[in-house]
Amino acid sequence: MNVSGELTQALVVAFSAAFTGNILLTKFLGMCPFLSVSRQVKTATGLGWAVIFVLTGTCMLNWAVYRYILVPLNLEFLRFILFIVMIAAFVQFVEMVLERYSPVLYQNLGIFLPLITVNCAILGASLFMVIRDYSFINAVSFGLGSGFGWMLAILAMAGIREKLKPERIPKGLRGPGITLIIVGLMALAFIGFTGVLSGG
Amino acid sequence: MNGTGQKRNSAKALAMEGLWDNNPIFRQVLGICSTLAVTNMVLNTLVMCVALVVTLSLSSMSISLLRKGTPRNIRMMVETLIIAFYVIVVDILLKAYWPEMSQNLGPYVGLIITNCIVMGRAEACATSQPPFTALVDGFFNGLGYGAVLLLIAVPRELLGMGTLLGHAMPYFSGPHWDKWIIMVMPPGAFFMLATAVWIFRSIQGDKQKEGAK
Repeated sequence: MNVSGELTQALVVAFSAAFTGNILLTKFLGMCPFLSVSRQVKTATGLGWAVIFVLTGTCMLNWAVYRYILVPLNLEFLRFILFIVMIAAFVQFVEMVLERYSPVLYQNLGIFLPLITVNCAILGASLFMVIRDYSFINAVSFGLGSGFGWMLAILAMAGIREKLKPERIPKGLRGPGITLIIVGLMALAFIGFTGVLSGG
Repeated sequence: MNGTGQKRNSAKALAMEGLWDNNPIFRQVLGICSTLAVTNMVLNTLVMCVALVVTLSLSSMSISLLRKGTPRNIRMMVETLIIAFYVIVVDILLKAYWPEMSQNLGPYVGLIITNCIVMGRAEACATSQPPFTALVDGFFNGLGYGAVLLLIAVPRELLGMGTLLGHAMPYFSGPHWDKWIIMVMPPGAFFMLATAVWIFRSIQGDKQKEGAK
């Protein structure tokens, strides 16, 4: 394929990862931190950036590991363990680098990084990437798009929840109940983007 | 967590706790990440539940067996590896004997590893209890979790496709029933789960009030 064709494809992959196939709203990945950290826009932003960064990084890393280590050795079934170890190592490494060179960034992102290691969105994105057999460029744009989509969703959610605080909500619905209903409505809206992709 | 693993030791108490009182999804709203995605079909959900129950109970038992020999600071890593081991076994078995199902479930079997419930039970119970207690605890937590998933999956498939386990249901697949396609799409899962959490919390809230009086 020529260069422009590949770029277009990468763009499509990123767009669909962020909107029509949003990992949170349509693939249900990363729900735990989404439900617990979406009370304030400020913390949601921090977590969102951390997710974008780690997701893209680990997608690249895991792509290389899978392609150049696991496939040649016929050890594809070990990918679960290896991906988790790579993700943990990557997060640890980033944490150390940030602490050493950028204290400001470390203060903003630092507390979220360990949280992310167990985030299913990170492992999920790597597994999806393997299943769909992406090329390197597509893997990178998939990671970026997924992270962006996740951040978009959690930001929107945090904004809505801040507005929702003074409202009177039925008792049993408070907390996770109402959040889930809002997520459902958001998912509906995001699925609406499907037309853009197939029509364009 | 509300003092898990202190006084209750009998299997019955454990069962009650895992299935109802402290049901992982309703009470703790944990671990819905990886499994909600497969609730659009009852069959997929059943297979996923079996996979989860097997992994959860066996890994709880193994972690409990090894709890005395595991250094505290690398505990998490060991737990993750044990869980991953069982997940890989389940994944390979599925691939070998039921390839279509393995394809349907996609990456979600692998995502059991990062399911917070498995890790949560390992931390809360398996590291402090004898192997049998951990096994029972894992088994019923997995079952409680599976029950909720089925509760979500049955209406979704019935209303959305008019079928159950792939068989056409009398009224719902007929011409009088306008299929609710939305139910088999992702938003349907969120709405169903929200409804289930709402009902459960209302019932439990009433009970707690009575207890306080």
